[in-house]
This record gives sequence, C-alpha cells and structure tokens, in this order.
Amino acid sequence: MSAQRRKKKTSQPHPQDELLRTDRLPHIWCPGCGIGTAFSCVITAIKKSEIPLDDIAMVSGIGCTGRMAGYIKLDSFHTTHGRAIPFATGLKLAHPEGSVIVTSGDGDLLAIGGNHFIHAARRNIDLTVICVNNFNYGMTGGQQAPSTPFGAKTTTSPIGSPEQPFNFCALAAACGAVYVARWTALHIRRLTVSITEAMKKPGFSFVEILSPCPTSFGRRNRIRNPLELVQFYHERSVIRNNIDPQEAALDFNNNLVVGKFVDTERPTFLDSYRLINRRELGDWPALEPKVPIPDKQVSG
Amino acid sequence: MKYWRDPLDLGAIQVSKGRVIIIEGRCKGCEFCVTYCPRNVIQMSKAFNIKGYHFPEVVDESMCVNCHFCESLCPEFAIFSVAIPEKN
Ligand code: SF4
Ligand code: SF4
Ligand code: SF4
Repeated sequence: MSAQRRKKKTSQPHPQDELLRTDRLPHIWCPGCGIGTAFSCVITAIKKSEIPLDDIAMVSGIGCTGRMAGYIKLDSFHTTHGRAIPFATGLKLAHPEGSVIVTSGDGDLLAIGGNHFIHAARRNIDLTVICVNNFNYGMTGGQQAPSTPFGAKTTTSPIGSPEQPFNFCALAAACGAVYVARWTALHIRRLTVSITEAMKKPGFSFVEILSPCPTSFGRRNRIRNPLELVQFYHERSVIRNNIDPQEAALDFNNNLVVGKFVDTERPTFLDSYRLINRRELGDWPALEPKVPIPDKQVSG
Repeated sequence: MKYWRDPLDLGAIQVSKGRVIIIEGRCKGCEFCVTYCPRNVIQMSKAFNIKGYHFPEVVDESMCVNCHFCESLCPEFAIFSVAIPEKN
C-alpha cells in the first residue's frame, strides 16, 4: 500500500467521531475489552433515538466502564464511586425534559451504589441505566464482585468465589424498573435497539451487558483470549424474551439467558411528584370505607 | 454466497456494496472485525501499527456488503464502511 493511498484512506473520519472526544483516544480499555463495543452501541443508540443532543447527558461512576463519560462529546460527568445514580437523579429533576444516561460497571452501580440503584428503581426516576457487567472489579486488579459467578477465580477468591452472585435483572425488576434487558457484547444489533428503547421509555430502565474482561476475569479463569471469551458468552447465550427475570439467573455451566425481560409502564417519580403537588388529592387515607364493615358479631 | 436453493428474485435484488476503511493507528488488534465479518473481507496484517499491534487489512473489497458490522463491533472505532453508490 503506497503512503499516499494510506493517507487518503485515514483522512475520512469515523462515523462515531462526531460524538467522541477524539483528542482523548485511544481509550484506556484493554485490547478486546467489551466496553468499547458497548460504548459504540450506546453512541449508535443515541443517534438513533433522535433526541436532540443538547438534551442528553451521560453520567458514570468509577471503574473501567466509568471512563465512558470522559470519551463522549456530550454533557457528561464522572462522579465519585457508586454515586452516578444520585448525581443523575439531581440532573433529571433539575432538567426534566432532558434524557439522562447512566453508564457504569457492575461494581459501581450494584455493589457500592446498590442502595441508590434500588431506590431510584423504586421511585421510578426517569433514567436509562446501562450496566456493563464484567464479573469482577477490573480496574483495581480483578477482585471479587457481587457479580462474580460461584466458583470463578479472582484475586480475592483464588480458589473460587464462595458466594452466589446477584441476578441484576431480577433485582431491577423486583425494585420496580419498567424496562429490563440483558445482552452480551456481541449482540450488537439487539443491544442497540434495547438501549434506544430504554432511552425513550419514561421511567427507570435497565440494560445489562455481559462483557468480556480478558485482562482480569478471563485470564484467571482459563479464557485469556478476548476472542474466545466473547465467543464463550455468545455461544452459551439463549434468547428468551419476556420471561420472568427470576428465571434468568446466569448459569455459566449451561446457558446464559439474555433478552428483553420487562417492558411495562407505571407513573414516574416526576408524575407522582406533580400529582401530589396539585393538592387536589383527598386526604390520606381515605376514611370512607370502600368495603362495608361487617356487623359486630354478637357473642354468646 | 451459497444458497440451499436459489431465491426466485435473485437477479432482481441489488446487493449493496461497501468500501471498508481502516484507521490503522487506532487498532489494538483484537481480531473481532476479522472473525465476525460475514463476507471475509478483511484479514490481520503481518505489519505492526504505531502502538505495536497487528491491524486488519482488506483482502477482497469487492466482497464487502456495507453491513457496518465491523464498524459497530470494533471497540476502538478503528474500522468503518461506506456505501459505494449503486450503478444503474
Ligand atoms: S480490566 Fe477488564 S474491564 Fe477493565 S478495560 Fe481491561 S478488559 Fe476491560
Ligand atoms: S461492512 Fe460488513 S462485509 Fe464489509 S468489511 Fe465490515 S463486516 Fe465485512
Ligand atoms: S475490531 Fe477494531 S481494534 Fe479489533 S482488530 Fe478490528 S480494527 Fe482492530
């Protein structure tokens, strides 16, 4: 290839460059890490959603995935560890027309930030939460996380994790999320559709991405090649849409259930907040009994 | 492409054509694009880029159908495809 042709070839910008802070590339993610693919899907979904870019903000916490907010050319904020959801909640309430995306890892969102996650889902705050699950704390050296599968090796569980992991999708659904989906990093088309749907959904939506972490997780569990790891997740995945996420616990020895599990509607926090502030509701509790009180039993 | 039977409208369908563009300097050599390209358009090169990784190179550009799969899959934003305008 001549030098001239090579120069001509690279002069055209990548289509995702319009939403990337290209001066910060290359990003810090390891070769073959699934976070880059997940990030690419998020950018495509943002473009497909057709929401004005000025109205979109991205918030992330600490960790490998937490770096996403630093690479996107939108309003974005890199918060302290575990506090992405509280920051995003404030952002959403201050600017209700905007669309707020939270992108973070399993450790940040559901370990240290677990309580924020639970209560944001309970209140049904209109956020799109994207959790890249790499099954360990990748950035800090591969420690055991609440997502680490039973028996998997990490630096803090060298003979295998003795704990049962969370099923994040079931947790989100049980707490009241209105949209719950899970895909692997190789399901790029379905993942992009899910992220777009989640962004358009009023209420708390949750998308989990099973992402290869060859450097920390794969290396300690006999799959150090990124390609093999991404293939492993993809080959074992079984698509089962609309099932109860309780039945979708991840079982690495048999199959990894993926799909869109929940897509419902209920009033968001702002709906309820506006309703209560209209002061048109009656007193609580309503003292007119709906069911007639049974006559007192005459004893004796 | 092989079919188990030829589609009846095979002649009438225009397969879109694409040109694949590789930003060599960004690649980290994960081989996702080469493995998952449905038409085997690209292969890993023997050469290294500035970061010391092998990057993909085009084998047969006429095979590219502009499906953008490599573009979405690449974690490094290092490869993309553009449509070649269809000839009438
Ligand atoms: S440590 Fe794991 S999750 Fe973090 S960038 Fe590397 S491969 Fe990705
Ligand atoms: S656009 Fe599709 S056919 Fe063309 S190189 Fe990429 S993956 Fe292969
Ligand atoms: S997918 Fe991207 S980073 Fe991986 S080999 Fe292809 S061009 Fe390089």
